Amino acid sequence: MTRVLPGVGKYASLIIAAVFVILPLSVVLFASFKSSNEYGSTGPLTPPVNWFNFENFATAFTSGDMVEGFVNTTVVLIISLTGTIIIGTMAAYAIDRFQFRGRKLIMGLFLVATLIPSVTSQVATFQIISGIGLFNTKAALVLLFLGTDIIAIYIFLQFMAGIPISLDEAAMIDGANRWTIYWRVILPLLKPAIATVVIIKGIAIYNEFYLPFLYLPSEGMISTSLFNFKGPFGAQWEVIAAGTILVIVPTFVAFLFLQRWIYKGLVAGAVK
Amino acid sequence: MSVSTTGPDPVGISGPLHGVASLEDPPPTRANRAVRAPRRSGPAGSKPLISRFTPYLFLVGAVGLLLLLTYLPAANMIWYSFTDWNGLGRIENVVGFDNYVEVFTNPRIFSVFGVSLYYFVGAFVQMALALYFATLLSFSTKFSNFFRGVIFFPYLINGVAIGFVFLYLFQPDGTLDTVLSWFGLSDPPQWLGDASIANYSLAGTSVWRYTGLNFVLFLGAIQSIPGDLYEAAELDGASRWQQFTNIIFPGIRRIIGLSFILAVAGALSVFEIPFIMTGGANGTATFVIQTLQTAFSYRQVGLASAMAVVLLAIVLVVTWIQRKLFPDEKVDLT
Repeated sequence: MTRVLPGVGKYASLIIAAVFVILPLSVVLFASFKSSNEYGSTGPLTPPVNWFNFENFATAFTSGDMVEGFVNTTVVLIISLTGTIIIGTMAAYAIDRFQFRGRKLIMGLFLVATLIPSVTSQVATFQIISGIGLFNTKAALVLLFLGTDIIAIYIFLQFMAGIPISLDEAAMIDGANRWTIYWRVILPLLKPAIATVVIIKGIAIYNEFYLPFLYLPSEGMISTSLFNFKGPFGAQWEVIAAGTILVIVPTFVAFLFLQRWIYKGLVAGAVK
Repeated sequence: MSVSTTGPDPVGISGPLHGVASLEDPPPTRANRAVRAPRRSGPAGSKPLISRFTPYLFLVGAVGLLLLLTYLPAANMIWYSFTDWNGLGRIENVVGFDNYVEVFTNPRIFSVFGVSLYYFVGAFVQMALALYFATLLSFSTKFSNFFRGVIFFPYLINGVAIGFVFLYLFQPDGTLDTVLSWFGLSDPPQWLGDASIANYSLAGTSVWRYTGLNFVLFLGAIQSIPGDLYEAAELDGASRWQQFTNIIFPGIRRIIGLSFILAVAGALSVFEIPFIMTGGANGTATFVIQTLQTAFSYRQVGLASAMAVVLLAIVLVVTWIQRKLFPDEKVDLT
């Protein structure tokens, strides 16, 4: 494909698309740097006078509980990701390397599970979480993020199929048991798949809104801390804007550095 | 685990369904044979009992969570749907199909399915845009990395942040009104305050958020079409349009089909954008918002369960249709 599409139309439409994406974000960025007087007296498309006015960010951080949100999200993220990786790779190892009764059934269960709309089933999941006494704890979220993740298992399965079985056999001859093979041979070789899962699942957890909203009302996670800006800062759009930017920045940085992985992970998770 | 709206959460909506298909026939027949072989060679029963349980030990975590957090709730939900339980205390009355009758006859509940139409139409716009830009960028383009990133990035942004970005955009005398006034359009409507407009605004926000995902999936599929097909077509003098209709479109028909079916399921289960932006006010409540309110605000867990079961049934039917229309072709799209 060497021929360059002729015509201005192509670039014009790309630029229009870029404006559509960037404009709504940049006006929020503008607002986040404005003092409240300035916000009241200037239009939304006027850039801020002082690009180093971090007052709103400070307000968002201190009185908006953003610190708590970031800390909680980080904690939940790390524990859930570690758990997902261990549980997911173990499951994939069993499914890929063993022949056992009920294998088809188990795969069918994972498959059908993806069809159940997870939002609405919270109606009943809620009763279980509160039944085991985890309501209003971060453990509830960890548990929910660990559960039912077929995409992770699937990515592991796909990758594991490419790891030669002869490695397992060699280790077995050396007297390694199944656990040692999993832990010493398979898990280290799964690193690229693990990276993919960490990225796509990490983004999903970072962005998750409803689960913390429902299960952790007394503490903030990123999404719910920001959501709570609606009340106290209802009229202070410059503070809400700062909070919004604070939430977007980590995503943006992650995207800049991990682009290739993110695209790859999405395609791996979605297309096949 | 994620809550999906018109598009999916990063792993989400469009993820599972495609992904799922090939799980049924996992790759490693080779592996299985290899593993089974040594087992057969020993005399039966010589292996310690534990080794027969090994695979189950590896699976117990994943399957345990799956049963506890997916199947048990699903089973409970069906049971609750036949009762008038309020979510507290004991289940007192079994009411048969009353809840289901209520779901289909109470206009407050059933009419919200209409709201899905906005998002359904939105999903079409989204796919058309995604296809257009994916096609454009599959030909060599200056700054193609930049444009690809820009079109895709909104999909990664936190839903609450997107909600606030668009609440700000839609404010009276806000960004959108200002920009429109440059083009001489004064007297704009109340984008979110006017009940006849609000759903368009929200569906538009949804398009903004999810186009990037479709775009990246389409782009990936297009780029996997062998390049020599285009070269051959060019030698034969095919125009760009002919290349699109004869090479690109057939090559990615399957993923378009899947995205389309997913759009239906997605439109029915829209949640985040309207919940965050309007809380379902002004006629913007979707079926999922209504279900959750019924369960957690009005404490009618029985009725809410029936609503959830209805949604589940619809999603299953849609998926079944998808499987009928697009059986797994052996086309390699990645």
